[in-house]
Amino acid sequence: MHNLLPGVEGFMYPNEMELQWSVLIVLYPFITGLVAGAFILASLERVFNLEAIRPTYRLALLTALAFLIVAPLPLQLHLGHPERSIEMFLTPHKTSAMAMFGFVYLWYLLAVLVIEIWLEYRPYIVARAQSAAGWSRWFYRAATLGSYNLSPRALRIDDRIGRLITVVGIPSAFLLHGYVGFIFGSIKANPWWSTPLMPIVFLFSAIVSGIAAVLLIYFVYCLARGIPLDMPCLDAMGKFLFYAFLVDFGLEMLDLVHRNYEADESLKTLSFMVETRLFGSQIVLQIIVGTLAPLLLLGLTQLLSLTEAARKGLYATAGALTLIGIFAMRWNVVIGGQLFSKSFLGYTTYKMEFATREGLLPALVLIVLPFLILWALVRIFPPMLEYDPGRKPEANPALPAEPEA
Amino acid sequence: MRAGFRDSEHLVRLALLFGVGVLLFLGARAVLVPADFGELGHFRTGALDDNRRRPVVHAGRAACAECHDTAAALAGGAHAKVGCEACHGALAAHAADPDAAAPPELEAKGLCVRCHGFNPARPASHPQVDPEAHAEGASCTDCHEAHSPAA
Ligand code: HEC
Ligand code: HEC
Ligand code: HEC
Ligand code: HEC
Repeated sequence: MHNLLPGVEGFMYPNEMELQWSVLIVLYPFITGLVAGAFILASLERVFNLEAIRPTYRLALLTALAFLIVAPLPLQLHLGHPERSIEMFLTPHKTSAMAMFGFVYLWYLLAVLVIEIWLEYRPYIVARAQSAAGWSRWFYRAATLGSYNLSPRALRIDDRIGRLITVVGIPSAFLLHGYVGFIFGSIKANPWWSTPLMPIVFLFSAIVSGIAAVLLIYFVYCLARGIPLDMPCLDAMGKFLFYAFLVDFGLEMLDLVHRNYEADESLKTLSFMVETRLFGSQIVLQIIVGTLAPLLLLGLTQLLSLTEAARKGLYATAGALTLIGIFAMRWNVVIGGQLFSKSFLGYTTYKMEFATREGLLPALVLIVLPFLILWALVRIFPPMLEYDPGRKPEANPALPAEPEA
Repeated sequence: MRAGFRDSEHLVRLALLFGVGVLLFLGARAVLVPADFGELGHFRTGALDDNRRRPVVHAGRAACAECHDTAAALAGGAHAKVGCEACHGALAAHAADPDAAAPPELEAKGLCVRCHGFNPARPASHPQVDPEAHAEGASCTDCHEAHSPAA
């Protein structure tokens, strides 16, 4: 009977033939990675006062928020009883990594991201609470929490608290995404996953994908709004992307060398898998298209002195390829880890469904959803407002009236 | 001091809002988590009684033997150790009152293949066949005695 199953080759335990973790579980680390990456990019600016990337600071925060809101949805769809997931918060078990993640998630969402955005936008919120009409007036009024104080001293306090939150936020973001790597890295029954390097590789790939995503979103935002692209900002982002990617690539190679040198009993099976079933997604998409190509393009921008137009083109292309590469990496980890038998004697195939709870359709919806949320957030909290005068309170007393979007 | 408070008043409001959120969560938790949760372990003690209260659906081989002498037929055969209800399904209702609940008709083909269809995850010592090639479309019970197949 089992031999008649399509896609199964060699020996598979019965519970391995069908993949339990679907494309949604691929999306989950991808989306969380974008959150952590975007936030870490914003934090770089904040903590190290990197003026160059200031134009993307708010955009990065809003991107992180939009994706963070969507991050748990793939998991919810994966559950047979999503309504029970609340019990994870009510009666958490301290040995459950998932339960602890729930709290890290809430902490990161409510104690870090939302507060940092609130502090950053407070002057704008107060201005809008006084000038807006209709529903939005009520919204901004509520968002002021009833305090309209924008005195220089109040803003200085905000700045200091904001910085503190950023500093707390960095380890929180590391925890958030490191955890996602940990969830895979700690599964000792699965040699494809089980390595302590996993959280670290996940983290760096998260930073890479976050920078690439914010870069692209910045591109699109400026084009859509007719705002000129800030070239020093793009150059700085390109540089960060390049170096973060180099580190990430180095770590992944380290993992590869380590596996090959250690050559435990799983190696033959795993390399066979990479050479056959994962060839397209790992060798071609992840390594060649999604890593070497963008590294080469970004390397060109670092080595040669190119025209602005050429650099823009290279950055945008490299950013898009990077996102493809990181998505492929998540795919290869999640799906790849389920394609081989733990007996090391057989392989199965992942057959993606379409319009089912865990099919391609909900996956596409979940990938589009954060952009819709971001679109709404950008309308509520315009990211390009007076970033120029700087955050120094003296410099932004009167807020420019934002044209109605 | 007062000016200090005025300039950080919005933060105090934020902290209060946060505190209210935490209190709401704790309140919801107090209401939603059952009182007997955690008494014996990481579960609701009452769940044990709930489980005990669920109707018993299997009667067990000894019960069947009171009315059917099939047990004797199984004895010594290859299926001697296979429970009656592994093949016939849960029959507690039937054992309690045979007239009220008749056992379902069995479809041998599907039934036998469930345990004897070839599957590499099964120990090699367990008798397995490729149903298509072995039975050639015939019903398993055409050739095998369901209760004592090896005979
Ligand atoms: C209280 C006595 C009693 C008990 C206990 C009992 N049965 Fe029955 N069973 C009967 C009677 C009476 C019939 C109906 C006989 C008939 O119609 O020929 C019957 C019919 C059956 C039939 C259908 C026979 C047919 O010809 O269609 C099966 C199968 C069966 N029982 C299985 C079991 C199993 C398995 C158990 C144990 C879980 C069990 N019975 C327990 C009395 C009992
Ligand atoms: C391996 C599966 C299997 C097991 C185990 C099994 N049966 Fe059956 N039984 C069947 C099948 C199949 C039939 C249908 C008869 C046929 O087609 O030969 C049947 C028929 C019956 C019948 C009605 C016909 C007859 O022979 O009287 C009774 C009564 C019965 N079984 C009782 C029992 C009892 C009691 C037990 C446990 C001691 C038991 N069976 C165990 C598969 C099984
Ligand atoms: C609930 C699982 C189960 C079902 C259903 C079942 N069997 Fe079996 N059968 C067994 C087990 C277990 C053995 C072997 C016991 C042993 O190893 O001693 C066995 C042994 C046999 C053997 C003996 C092989 C030998 O080498 O002696 C035959 C033949 C057989 N079954 C036929 C059938 C047929 C025909 C049916 C359908 C009416 C059937 N079985 C349904 C569990 C099942
Ligand atoms: C045409 C008659 C016939 C039919 C129909 C038939 N069998 Fe058999 N079966 C045999 C014979 C004869 C043997 C013993 C010789 C052998 O091992 O091939 C046997 C042996 C077996 C064995 C023991 C194999 C072993 O390795 O010990 C199993 C299990 C079995 N049959 C299951 C089934 C099942 C399940 C079906 C229904 C899908 C079925 N048989 C249908 C004739 C049949």
